Amino acid sequence: MGKMNNNLVQIADGIKFIPGASAIVAPLNKLINWGRAGSIWPATFGLACCAIEMMVAGSSTNDLDRFGIIFRASPRQADCLILAGTITKKMAPVVRRVFDQMPEPRYVLAMGSCACTGGIFDTYAVVQGADEFLPVDVYIPGCPPRPEALLEGLIKLQEKIMQEQGRWSNLV
Amino acid sequence: MITLTDTQTIDVPVQSGEEDRYHLKMGPQHPATHGVLRVDLDLDGETILTCDPKVGYLHRGFEKLAEHRTYAQNIVLTDRLDYIAAMSNNVGYCEAVERLLAIEVPERARMLRVMVCEMSRISSHLLWLATHALDIGAMTVFLYCFREREVLLELFAELCGARLTTTYTRLGGVRQDVTRSIMKKLDKFVEDFPACIEEYETLIDTNRIWLKRTIGIGQVSAEKALDLCLTGASLRGSGVDYDIRKHMPYAGYEKFEFDIPVGETGDTYARYRCRMEELRQSNFILRQCIDMLPPGPVLGKDAPDLVMPIRAANKLEVDVPAKNALITLIEDRDVFMEGDIYVATEVPKGELGFYFISDGMGRPYRMHIRSPSFIHIGALSTMAQGAMIADLIAIIGTLDVVLGECDR
Repeated sequence: MGKMNNNLVQIADGIKFIPGASAIVAPLNKLINWGRAGSIWPATFGLACCAIEMMVAGSSTNDLDRFGIIFRASPRQADCLILAGTITKKMAPVVRRVFDQMPEPRYVLAMGSCACTGGIFDTYAVVQGADEFLPVDVYIPGCPPRPEALLEGLIKLQEKIMQEQGRWSNLV
Repeated sequence: MITLTDTQTIDVPVQSGEEDRYHLKMGPQHPATHGVLRVDLDLDGETILTCDPKVGYLHRGFEKLAEHRTYAQNIVLTDRLDYIAAMSNNVGYCEAVERLLAIEVPERARMLRVMVCEMSRISSHLLWLATHALDIGAMTVFLYCFREREVLLELFAELCGARLTTTYTRLGGVRQDVTRSIMKKLDKFVEDFPACIEEYETLIDTNRIWLKRTIGIGQVSAEKALDLCLTGASLRGSGVDYDIRKHMPYAGYEKFEFDIPVGETGDTYARYRCRMEELRQSNFILRQCIDMLPPGPVLGKDAPDLVMPIRAANKLEVDVPAKNALITLIEDRDVFMEGDIYVATEVPKGELGFYFISDGMGRPYRMHIRSPSFIHIGALSTMAQGAMIADLIAIIGTLDVVLGECDR
């Protein structure tokens, strides 16, 4: 066994791969977090301008697929909500419902100034930030943020997921 | 036991009446409604009986917001109207305000405006083609279109620092001159782009699925299209030759040679062909821009005092409380005229008009935006009536609506 330990290859933080044995040695919570961070499936939910940059991030130039990020059309299959654009007061209940339809564990990214703070639209019709009614995990500033900024935000979310403890069960 | 031959069908008694109607509320969260459009449908089987678009999910209060900002500050708002072609909106807004304030624009700035307008027309049409094809089921076109669109967006970023929300124009000119690097890259793009258009056409032009999903779908006659106030390629697809660039030239469009592609049948395929030809024409205009770009300043002499680096050398006076303005104009000219004005420009979606009522202050008393998307969504219920529910997606796509501009 001791000899085998020397051959372990660390493929992620705390997750070790045994070459030739087709096996992984890792604490359970790290293994689950690793799986989750590598398969963030956001709901296809564009609100305004930022949605265009979100589409660019998903197209071939930036290619979100290499991070395991695949857009799903239904919130029931998604575990991440990218709030790309201005949330108006008419839209906010719909956004909330989409969020409620998503199964746990779920994460929220506020993309762009409007979703973070309301941006330049300090008017009667606009919600001043998504965190007024949703638990936002990552804020991405910019108007709109570049696709690279969205990538950075998604990588930050992956880092956040990797540090989670006990979210999937009381046992860990 | 009953066996069916090819010619026989079973007549299943289908009840028809009010109670069999199916109500479907499509959107605002739907991948193919191009944003946050909601459509309330009344269905008989798969046939649409009534179609009732509900807008306002992206109402941000542009027009009210504009009343509290100066004319120059409002340029920023116009980016977020039609965020797919922000440059065209900037130009449309500035053309309107300049006519209200009687500001002269130098020749080079005018041609730069035409240049960025056509660049944004290409990028808007590419996004339209990408999403329209994606909705109908052609995924590859999406990837191809975004490849070329990215080149244009990076050029915008090099020109003014932002990819989508550009704010490139200023009252009386444009923010800054083009560099040699930009012109070189644009020249290469213009050189390569016609081959790319052909590439898109090989993908879908004669594709059987594409033809079945577009020919005869969402058909409007020329009279009907005019009644519905359609503009842009949505109108030209029906055979009406109307383009503001040709009929009421602005920003020096009269100097350029270009054709207005006009369809005949007025269906989704005709509008698709129109827009593809417009891509070629825009590319041709860009070529002329590169060849004809005159030297000179990019900001007029009587432009308002907002471009700080230029004015910093001179006296910087922000002292006009009587005018209620944050910006001044040089030589104490009393420029804010009273009255109203409507100026229309041709943006990729159609006719974008700005209507101002000025009471002589530095801010518009009232700004109304005649956005093509809002009017096109109004045509949706007529066009979708009697169509199949799957064709509704094609009809929304072919109208080329942007909800930011529609709901304002």
